[in-house]
Order: sequence, then C-alpha cells, then structure tokens
Amino acid sequence: MMKLNSTGQVVLILVAVAYLLGVYFISSPVWMGFTINALIVAVLALSWNVTGGFGGLSSFGHAVLYGTGAYTSAILQVTYGVNAWVALVAGIAMAAAVGGFIGALAFRYGVKGSYFALVTLAFAEVFRICAASFDFAGGGSGLQLKLAPGISNIQFADRTVLYTFLLAIVVLVMLLTAWIKYSRFGAYLVAVRENEDAARALGIDTYRIKVLAMAVSGAFGGLAGVLYLQLWLFIDSSIAYGSSVSIEALIGPIIGGAGTVWGPVLGTLGLHLIGEGAKTLLSNAPGLNFVLYAVVLICALRFMPNGLVGLAGRIGPFAKKESKDA
Amino acid sequence: MLEVENLSKSFGGLKAVSNATLQVPEGSIVGLLGPNGAGKTTCFTMIAGFTKPDSGSVRLRGKDITGLAPHHICNLGMIRTFQIVQPFAGLTVEENIAVGAYLHHHERKEAMAVARDVGKRLGMGTLLDRPASALTIAGRKRLELARALATGAKLLLLDEVMAGLIPTEINEIVGIIRQIRDEGHTFLMIEHVMQAVMSLAETAYVLNQGVMIAHGTPRDLVRDPAVVEAYLGHGAAQRLQEDDHA
Ligand SMILES: Nc1ncnc2c1ncn2[C@@H]1O[C@H](COP(=O)(O)OP(=O)(O)O)[C@@H](O)[C@H]1O
Ligand SMILES: [Mg+2]
Repeated sequence: MMKLNSTGQVVLILVAVAYLLGVYFISSPVWMGFTINALIVAVLALSWNVTGGFGGLSSFGHAVLYGTGAYTSAILQVTYGVNAWVALVAGIAMAAAVGGFIGALAFRYGVKGSYFALVTLAFAEVFRICAASFDFAGGGSGLQLKLAPGISNIQFADRTVLYTFLLAIVVLVMLLTAWIKYSRFGAYLVAVRENEDAARALGIDTYRIKVLAMAVSGAFGGLAGVLYLQLWLFIDSSIAYGSSVSIEALIGPIIGGAGTVWGPVLGTLGLHLIGEGAKTLLSNAPGLNFVLYAVVLICALRFMPNGLVGLAGRIGPFAKKESKDA
Repeated sequence: MLEVENLSKSFGGLKAVSNATLQVPEGSIVGLLGPNGAGKTTCFTMIAGFTKPDSGSVRLRGKDITGLAPHHICNLGMIRTFQIVQPFAGLTVEENIAVGAYLHHHERKEAMAVARDVGKRLGMGTLLDRPASALTIAGRKRLELARALATGAKLLLLDEVMAGLIPTEINEIVGIIRQIRDEGHTFLMIEHVMQAVMSLAETAYVLNQGVMIAHGTPRDLVRDPAVVEAYLGHGAAQRLQEDDHA
C-alpha cells in the first residue's frame, strides 16, 4: 500500500521504527514517558495533516477539536459516570461534529487561506473561554478523572502496556491516513488543495469534501484529546483548548512533511527529541521548547519545503522525482 | 444537445454578454469566435455554472441547468476547460487525469487505469509520471482536455486549447479532437486560431462586444462583412472589397 520512492525515506522510517521499538529495551522511564507524550501529539499531528496536509486548509485552532474530545469524554465520565470506552467514542464523535460544523460555517462563506486559520483560532479561543466559565465543564479548576486502573477504564498501571496501546493507535491512525491518501476522497482533497476551480469543473463538490475533511480531522483530533485525558486524568481549559495545542498540531506535519503518512509522526518525534534535549541541557527554562520549535520551523520552511520526508525523498537511487509518497 | 437562450451578464456597468443565444447539436463541433474581450469566456463560465447569468437560460438535453453548480453540471455530462490552464501542479500527469476519472470510477485502480488509457489516447503516454508543472504549454493544454475527457462527459467546452501552440502541435490536437468527436463526443470550442476552426467546426457563432453578430459555416463567416469588421475594425470590409475589385 505504501509506495516508497527513495532510500532516504526508507532509512528515515527505519530509524523511527527502530527508535519506537528501542524504547521497549532502553527501560528508561524518562524516555518512555517522553515518547508516550510524543505519540499523543503525533495523533494530533495526523489530525492536522488531513485538513492542512492533504486539503491545504491550514488550521491554527486544532485545539478546538482536541479539547472537545477531551472535555466530552471527561464530562461524561466525571458527571455521568459513563464508561471510558463509551466516552472515548462520544469524544471522537463530538469532535468530528464540531469539526464539520466549523467547516460547514467557514466554507459556506468561502473562507480561505489565512482567514480560515483565523476562524479556527477564534473558535478554539471561544471554546477555551466557555470551558473556563461554565461549571459543568469544571470552570477554572478543570476536571479530574478518578484513578481506577484497568483496561475497561482505559487506564494502564503498566507503562509498557500503555506505550503499546498508544503505539497501536498511532499505527491505526496512520493506516487510516494511508487509506485516505489512496482513496477517491484523498484524491479529491488534494485536488481541492492544488486548484479548487479545476476541481469544481471536474465534478467535485468541493464544499462537501472540505467539510468532510474537517469532520475526519475532528475525529482524529478528538481521539488525541481523549488519549491525553486518559493518560493524565486531568484537563483544564488551557490544557485542552490552549493555543500551544494548536501550534503542536501543525508544527510536526510541517517539519515532517505535510500530506504524507509518515511525515506528521516523524516530525513530531524529531521535534520532541530536540525539545527534550534542549530542556535537559538548559535546565528546564519554561517555554524554551516553543522558542526552539519556532527556530526549527523557520529552518524547515526555508530549507525543506516538503518536510523531512520530502528531503529524504531526494536521497538515493530511486529519488528521481520530487514526490510526496511515504 | 445544448441550448443557450438570451444569456446576459454584466460586470458593474460593463455588459460582458447580452442576449447570447446558441445551439450545439449532438455529435457536432461548434465554434465560438470573436475578438479579445468579446465575452466568450464569460459565456462558458455561465454555461458551466461558474457564474450565475443575470438572465437567460441554459438547457442540456432538454433539462434546464441554469444556475446549477459546476459539479452538478459535470455530473450531467458537460464540462469546460480553462483558457488559462489550471493543472494540479503538484501531481503527476496520471494523477491529474485520474481526478477526472474518479467521477465515475470510485476505485483507485480503475481510476488510474482509465487515466492511463485516456493519457495514451491523447499521446501523453510517455508523460504520465511527470509532474504536471514540468509540462510545456502544449502539454498543459492537452492535459486540460485529457482530464475533461476522463470524467466521461459527452459535451466538452474547450476554451482556446490551441492558443499558444505551434502549427504542428495544432495539427495534432485537431486530429485528436476529430477522433474524440467520432467516438461520440460533442464540442463547443472557443478558438482564435482560424485555421483550426475552419477545419474542425461545422458551424460557428461570432460574438462581438457581448453580442452574437453572426452564425453560419466558417466559410460563410469569413466573408460576412460584420465579422470582418469585428476582427479588423470599422470600414475593413469595404476596404477589402475595394481591393478585390481593383
Ligand atoms: N470577473 C470579471 N469581473 C469584471 N469584468 C470581467 C470579468 N470577467 C470578464 N470581464 C470582462 O468582460 C469582458 C469579456 O471578457 P471575456 O469573456 O474573458 O472575453 P473573451 O474570452 O471573449 O476574450 C472583458 O471586457 C472582461 O474584462
Ligand atoms: Mg477568453
């Protein structure tokens, strides 16, 4: 299913796979904890990739999807005692609905480009303020899940099991991404990105495709939010809907390679490795990782417009054409 | 097959098209001629659903399609190409054509097979793996045609697919269009290249300053004083006649 075009890409992917499997053997709780966080962000990055990567619809407010997933699940579990798995499905569904709603509204009025980014950002901020204000969402003090380890509660006492669970989810979301990429829906989404007028002429209902993309992206983003909740058992408005979430969502795909299957995961892992390295070196100055992300982002945009995957694609014997396959 | 009646469109104070009427019978190749700025492209954008006409109607196989969205119209079997080519620049030629093919072939395998087939028929067999951005202008014009054809649409509105091509390229595309027509397609084509229109179109319409000034066989049209005036300026017809007599 996956068509690799160069040795560079193969090597890049092998390194990532080796790292992800190596975490099992290093048996360092720091590494594992850090990689667990990165995997959750990778799911969020794959969410942004659907709209921003394939569809060219760059959102600057993916926190609205992530937060909605997390809050829906938290409210259902804390207030109504709903089972964690049911709450997970509800969180995904609600985030998909919110994504579709924002898309339907924005695209109905022909919002495009940086205006779309601003609209999504505005939605995330509105949701953040609402979550901080309403009592049913915990208000200023957030929502806390009861500690109750067990598969039926999606809480894992054993870090290795948790890690395996998250790894499986990342692989699942990557498989779904690959399916999108090689489906009619994916081809249409890319067509919308490349030239919307031409897409319309060729019989594509571009409005429907874009709204659908927002809903799918919402489902992935909501899933990431629920995973965060299940890991930390706590959310508040700025954790769930804060703009740092929206930044994390887009920076991985841009650095790794937007509109590819591996790019968002590779970018997120690479970025977190750099961020973590800097943190230990420079003794935890708060916010420093974001300064660093900004520098990396600027370099990435300047020197590798198609991300790591695009860069690696130019290395090796099969690297004839500039391709985004991976 | 296509009946356009009294189509009008103004941009601000400018009447780009006024009361344009034309018919395209099934299986024919009909030309739409006229000097630059005459309103030809505007006609196409209205017929294909990209802009709503101020007044008038468009009927496709008897069905009123005035004001329908472009994707609906394409689903009904009519498609336009763009005068300023609009390739999906980041995709290969094959992927470009496949976007058209997906309309009626929902599986990737089928869509790709149709795309390769259409590409080969239009003489783009060796270019299928090239990025569309690497094509020459002739290649891009042909890609417009290939993509449109891949949708399975039977009525193709071509907007200056020969502009900017050299004579051998024009001959090739004329041959291709004739072949596609013989396979059961119908064409309405905007064209500046007279030679191409003369050899392809059975009938043609001439638009000037938004008004349909003539309709007939290309042969008749080049002798029509009104048409000559429109192209060459006021008094040109008379001067030509005087030259003939002299
Ligand atoms: N979107 C638009 N807004 C304003 N004026 C337009 C627009 N599109 C076309 N026009 C004007 O309408 C007239 C007809 O243009 P067009 O249909 O492109 O002519 P043609 O294709 O025959 O060269 C021109 O004067 C052009 O400037
Ligand atoms: Mg024109």
